[in-house]
Amino acid sequence: MVGIVLVSHSSKIAEGIIELCSQMAPDYDKLINCSGIEDGLIGTDTLKIVEGIKEADDGDGVIIIMDIGSSIISTEMALDFLDEDLRSRTLLVDTPIVEGALNASIDASIGGDLQSVKEACEGAKSLNKF
Amino acid sequence: MKSTELLLLLKDISNTIIDNSEMLNDLDRAIGDADHGINMRRGFLLVLEDLDNLTDKDIVTIFNKVAMTLLSKIGGASGPLYATAFMKFAQVCKGRDEIDSNLYTEMIGSAIDGMKMRGKSDAGCKTILDSMIPYYKTLETEIKKTNVFKELSPLALKSSEEGVEYTKTIIATKGRRKLPW
Repeated sequence: MVGIVLVSHSSKIAEGIIELCSQMAPDYDKLINCSGIEDGLIGTDTLKIVEGIKEADDGDGVIIIMDIGSSIISTEMALDFLDEDLRSRTLLVDTPIVEGALNASIDASIGGDLQSVKEACEGAKSLNKF
Repeated sequence: MKSTELLLLLKDISNTIIDNSEMLNDLDRAIGDADHGINMRRGFLLVLEDLDNLTDKDIVTIFNKVAMTLLSKIGGASGPLYATAFMKFAQVCKGRDEIDSNLYTEMIGSAIDGMKMRGKSDAGCKTILDSMIPYYKTLETEIKKTNVFKELSPLALKSSEEGVEYTKTIIATKGRRKLPW
């Protein structure tokens, strides 16, 4: 099953997203929170992201959804710490973090492959709310 | 410079950053979210702790340890950027137990390359590179005339200060400048 890593500046934001996604896809447990830095402070931590990617991957690959600013550079740097194999099945997706995570977790929970989950996730970017 | 002197230098650098963290916050307040000093202070306070445990370690180990601490603890974009510089220092110093002016010049050049790549940036984007690149260029030119660091350093420093002044004349394209708010 494809894993999803959330990289927000705030761990609480990601906790809330995971809570929301688990209502939509209750059996999906591959949504990993790599947000914030230690002591619950705001920020992003490359090494935490590296660990989260490893945790999220069961061989089917991982997509990563980020919020703003340093979440992107920290995630890009995290890729440099992965072995080639895992890196080749880890994708960064440019999408709104809440809607993207919802779309992705629903698609992943029904067995979507890496490309399918990525596209579902990316689809949130062009979603019209009204 | 051997590893014992390097530890003292890094201690000095850390303390300078910590002591000036309020100034870094103020600078960031003008262009961002006023947390650059808080972030750098947090990172370099932990670097200070590392340094106490790095006595007797070689140069490469020291640079790598500092890199990993900054990478994980700063929390902002400066974490990966400073960590990249320190990782490049470690790469360039591999197999060496002393830093001389030539190796130092090579280290700065390599750090610049790494930071350009990591930050997807270059000269003229109103970043730290606009001070580092002139610093490096002067080192590269002047080292052909002298390899005495005490003679090289003031010249390179002057170039980097001119680089800082130059940034006042250009428009930022990186970082928060890109965001719509």
